[in-house]
Amino acid sequence: MVEVTEHSHRFMKYLRPERLPHLFCPGCGNGVVMNTIFNGLEMSGKSFDNLNMVSGIGCSSRIPGYVKCDSLHTTHGRALAFATGLKISNPHRDVIVVTGDGDASAIGGNHLIHAARRNIDLTVICINNDIYGMTGGQISPTSPKGSFATTAPYGATDKPFNIAQIARASGASYVAKYTTAQPLQLSMAIKDGLNNKGFSLIEAVSQCPTYYGRKNKIRTPVEMIKWFEENTIPIEQAESMSEEELEGKIVTGVYVNNPRTEFVEALDKIIKQQSDINPDDNIKKAYMSD
Amino acid sequence: MADEHYFLQGNEACALGAIAAGCRFFAGYPITPSTEIAEIMSQRLPKLGGHFVQMEDELSALGAIIGASWGGQKVVTATSGPGMSLMQENIGYATMTETPIVIINMQRGSPSTGQPTRSAQADMMQARWGSHGDYENITLAPASVQECFDYVIKAFNLAEEYRCPVLVLADEIVGHMREKVTIPEKVEIVPRKAPEKTDGVYLPYDAPEDGVSPMPAFGDGFNMHVTGLTHDKRGYPSTDDPQTHIDLVNRLCNKILSKRNEMAMIETEFLDDADTIVLAYGIPSRSALTAVKQARQKGQKVGYIKLGIVWPFPEETLLELTKNAKRIIVPELNLGQVFLEVDRVLGKHAKVELVSKIGGVLHTPKEILDKIMEE
Repeated sequence: MVEVTEHSHRFMKYLRPERLPHLFCPGCGNGVVMNTIFNGLEMSGKSFDNLNMVSGIGCSSRIPGYVKCDSLHTTHGRALAFATGLKISNPHRDVIVVTGDGDASAIGGNHLIHAARRNIDLTVICINNDIYGMTGGQISPTSPKGSFATTAPYGATDKPFNIAQIARASGASYVAKYTTAQPLQLSMAIKDGLNNKGFSLIEAVSQCPTYYGRKNKIRTPVEMIKWFEENTIPIEQAESMSEEELEGKIVTGVYVNNPRTEFVEALDKIIKQQSDINPDDNIKKAYMSD
Repeated sequence: MADEHYFLQGNEACALGAIAAGCRFFAGYPITPSTEIAEIMSQRLPKLGGHFVQMEDELSALGAIIGASWGGQKVVTATSGPGMSLMQENIGYATMTETPIVIINMQRGSPSTGQPTRSAQADMMQARWGSHGDYENITLAPASVQECFDYVIKAFNLAEEYRCPVLVLADEIVGHMREKVTIPEKVEIVPRKAPEKTDGVYLPYDAPEDGVSPMPAFGDGFNMHVTGLTHDKRGYPSTDDPQTHIDLVNRLCNKILSKRNEMAMIETEFLDDADTIVLAYGIPSRSALTAVKQARQKGQKVGYIKLGIVWPFPEETLLELTKNAKRIIVPELNLGQVFLEVDRVLGKHAKVELVSKIGGVLHTPKEILDKIMEE
């Protein structure tokens, strides 16, 4: 008789078991990214008990709902606005924002560039699957030129966004981009992002076999991962390549790692100049009766 | 220290009211004619250890204050019509998630960009139902600089008591007018109620019938999941079960509607023998009271009702107060918004007449007096 023992996944302790199974499709990259979030968190030395999560709307934004921590599942595109208020109200807590390509760069594009400009201490995991999954496979601002979607039946005509590039140009102090074929690099980037006191964005290029794969004839998760591997260019190599050569390529690596003054710290410096009141005295102010 | 007297602008009084109520977080976006509130908060809050953030738009202003509210702060933003339109999406979110927030709207001429430096009361219906879905919130309408101070404090207290967005619908005239204001030595503040720790499963939305449950702050160890999706008592999304949605949306509405008479802020004058009543809210109530007094001098049996809280509409109280009236006159700085509600509720026993005025100039007492004298 073979003895069967149940091995619980080492990250199960971070999840809400009563909410499982999750709603992600078989082969979705969200599972890989969730693993890298927990792996990066453990490597960072940050305490899980000190973690808050915020998300917008879309498949990726459902991740915080499965994690056993305080989480805000907000409105489409606005996660960074909510996270800004949450972080300022108690800057001692670590805030991870989980968002997607449509959420962060279409409807939430303005909030992305301004949160990056402020360099507020948030760690943003942007899961980019080049398509709107939750609504059934519509084209996204990151969809490669010529790719197909339910709202691009003749192929996408526009030049896609590189979200990591936008974050870097907007002033984020840490930006990295990897694919789900590079889970260790993703984990390391999330670790570094959590340890960066400032705005960190980790773009995780991820597979959506259900919609992106089906519409673009890369039908299985394995095929999609292979497609990532074949089209990945390290950022160092990309620097010497032309725009034409880079079309359809995924440029991965650390885009920027340049710590600078953090937003809440800058606000608190002014408070210290203007007042004898410690801003920490106001934490949980709503519960005070004076 | 005793009560102190100041000569203040309405916007200034709003900012001071928010601070007096315990607010230490403001996020907003500049817009005429409310900008002074943001300016004053940006100056005052750092001196109190508080935080002011100028956001990139009004969508994010609402997002930031909701986030800070869950962080354990009392929060406020200030805006005017165009900004109010952008805030609608997250007003719905705050309603659904029962997040206490206060929004001050200094109404201006509209629609669209309209008349930025002129007054109106044309956002009253938007205040009630501008966001999508069935819901009820609370709307106060100050008519003086003193009321800007008092009503903003009241708004914070109501937001905590009912866990909902509370809107202060003032207008450009009140916002930019200067008057004497008494700032009391101590104001009544309703602190947020924190839940008690439990060994079992914590149910953050296990509220009593037509009521609310205590609200934890993030970091208190309750592992909240807050979502704008239809959620069960645990706070988890439950979007397919009709009963979950029915129970949640009915409770969100009834927690407000069932208290509409209890929370009402009604001022009355000369109602005892009145067969005609002028029913006003906000700035036109000042012209209305003068007109009613003038009509009394002319021997008319005219009374006066002023609503401090417009939404929820205190139906039963108004029915009782106006039961002997034959005419109700409603002056508004719009083409007839609250008038429609007055007519729905009181129109069965009295003739409800509108004194509409748009363009940005307040009714003169004479315009209201002429209406009173028509019959």
